[in-house]
Amino acid sequence: MFGIDPITLIVALVTVSTPVLLAAVGELVVEKTGVLNLGVEGMMITGAVMGFVVAVDTGSPTLGFLAGMASGAALALIFGLLTQLLLSNQVATGLALTLFGLGLSALLGVGYPGLTPPAVADPFPDALSDLPVVGPILFGHSLVIYLSVLLVAVVWYVLGHTRAGLIIRAVGENHDAAHALGYKVIRIRLMAILFGGACAGLGGAFLSVVRVQNWVEGMTAGAGWIALALVVFASWKPWRALLGAYLFGGVTALQLRLQAAGVDVPVEILSMSPYVVTIIVLVIMSSDRSRAALNAPAALGKVFHATG
Amino acid sequence: MLRLEKRPAPSRGWTMATPVLAVVLTMIAGGLMFAALGKSPVEAIRIIFWDPLFNTQFASYARPQILVKAGPLILIAIGLSLGFRAGVWNIGAEGQYIMGALAGAAFGLALYPSESPLIFPGMVIAGALGGWAWAMIPAILKTRFRTNEILVSLLLVYVAEKLLASAATGLLRNPEGRGFPGSRQLNRLDAMDNPELIANTGMHWGVVTAFIAVIMAYVLLNKHLLGYQIKLAGQAPRAARFAGVNPSRLIVLCLGTSGALAGLAGLFEVTGPAGQISIDFNVGYGFTAIIVAFLGRLHPIGILLAGLLMALTYIGGELAQMMLQIPAPAIQAFQGMLLFFLLAVDVLSNYRIRINTEGVA
Repeated sequence: MFGIDPITLIVALVTVSTPVLLAAVGELVVEKTGVLNLGVEGMMITGAVMGFVVAVDTGSPTLGFLAGMASGAALALIFGLLTQLLLSNQVATGLALTLFGLGLSALLGVGYPGLTPPAVADPFPDALSDLPVVGPILFGHSLVIYLSVLLVAVVWYVLGHTRAGLIIRAVGENHDAAHALGYKVIRIRLMAILFGGACAGLGGAFLSVVRVQNWVEGMTAGAGWIALALVVFASWKPWRALLGAYLFGGVTALQLRLQAAGVDVPVEILSMSPYVVTIIVLVIMSSDRSRAALNAPAALGKVFHATG
Repeated sequence: MLRLEKRPAPSRGWTMATPVLAVVLTMIAGGLMFAALGKSPVEAIRIIFWDPLFNTQFASYARPQILVKAGPLILIAIGLSLGFRAGVWNIGAEGQYIMGALAGAAFGLALYPSESPLIFPGMVIAGALGGWAWAMIPAILKTRFRTNEILVSLLLVYVAEKLLASAATGLLRNPEGRGFPGSRQLNRLDAMDNPELIANTGMHWGVVTAFIAVIMAYVLLNKHLLGYQIKLAGQAPRAARFAGVNPSRLIVLCLGTSGALAGLAGLFEVTGPAGQISIDFNVGYGFTAIIVAFLGRLHPIGILLAGLLMALTYIGGELAQMMLQIPAPAIQAFQGMLLFFLLAVDVLSNYRIRINTEGVA
């Protein structure tokens, strides 16, 4: 149809989805501890610019990814200190993080647009990635993509099948009870917030270094907000976040291909489709009262102030 | 060890003092940022906060610009503050601002080249309706399907930006513009112009509307039952429900009002300072207004002052860019910092800091 090759479409889908998936999985863990960090977009874009700057300056994409993670976590730390120690409103602080991140990233990236980042090595030998059909789909990606799927598996296992996951969920369901049991609510939440920041930062770095291979101001274009929507879509379940991210990636990749193929639909309609689809999916998820409320952490967004 | 003790009610003194403290802290941190960029911090802060007002060389140009920039910021922030007080988070004002501008301009351009004096008032109404309608999407989704209004209103900003790009290059493009994107110059058409009302003040209809909005919001919050309900719903949602406050009605009202005000701001901008519908006429006022609303403590008078201050940083930022070659995004980071510091020092108005001594529980 429209001369679109399904194999390249699937490959593109995975690449497009990965930044959003990484950010969503990080935010999922944060929200599981009862913290709502609306600053994902700000952390992602800061990760994107720092990842790009370091990758270009050092010639090492790996260092770029690490820099993206570190800068995302650094921004998350500001959010953590404000909301956990100074007990600020989480919605307002998250918004501040996004506004600050957008400005900071533009400032850090002055002079970098148009430069070419170093190429990322393929983890598999050519013999595998040259196989027909399965080659490009299974073996043709950068290492971060495999890491992102592994991350989903790890988060799923830790949250659902370990003692640490039980503590994380207890903190997110009822911080007063968790505190009474002797768990360090603030410390646990701070660690989750840092983890979420590192994930968002890595997602941003992947976006600039691998997917777009350029730095453009505001290049995340709402990906952080879509990641937040994905967490709701996923009902706070990691594998559902993967499904949601690939669904979003599929819509985005398809509309980009349709634009390139010159289909007789206005470009603007095509390019707004990922956002519209996200909204529709959100509506469907939230309209089902039983499903939406089932898994949401009960203490989400509430301020914890230990008085004992 | 330091310990926080919740105050029974927020401290009045600190509520007034924290915005000032936040501005001072931002100046210090911003100064460090400018120093890191290799610029003199003292000079940069002076150029941003002092020169637009008092430098003989720039003040004549810069002073009127303060009202031009403060107008939309105040107008949008007043609307947002009502919702923020009630716990209704409309963060998509930027999208409502765009849609208001599009709806208003479309109304005027559809009647081109009529010279009727009713055109501009009609555009104003269409602008308000455009913003209102765009805000009704998250409002209805919230009340009908319990969909999170934060995410929907924000995602709709990106949809609005695409619609703007489509309109500027298609439907509303100037047919005599030799194929360039952008509409006719609305501020050069007598029927659609939003002129400077008093020479060299920057005062235009949008600024007038912003001042009216400040007064109306003040009356609403202090003298009207609805204002009481808004405050109650934000501070004690359960008590509000027992008192007969209908949460759905409040959501529709808060989102609708903020959408309409943002739409008005957009309309006054494209008919005045911006002059036309172009792909990038929106410069983020809808987002900066969030900072303005918080900096003004969600209080109408506070928002008025915060809007003027934020406008000053815009103009001062432009001056600093010209004089010191400070990159334009630095000022955006500076504004973001301001909100951080405000939220951080807010702890002082809600909590007492106590020093723990051994043996005291």
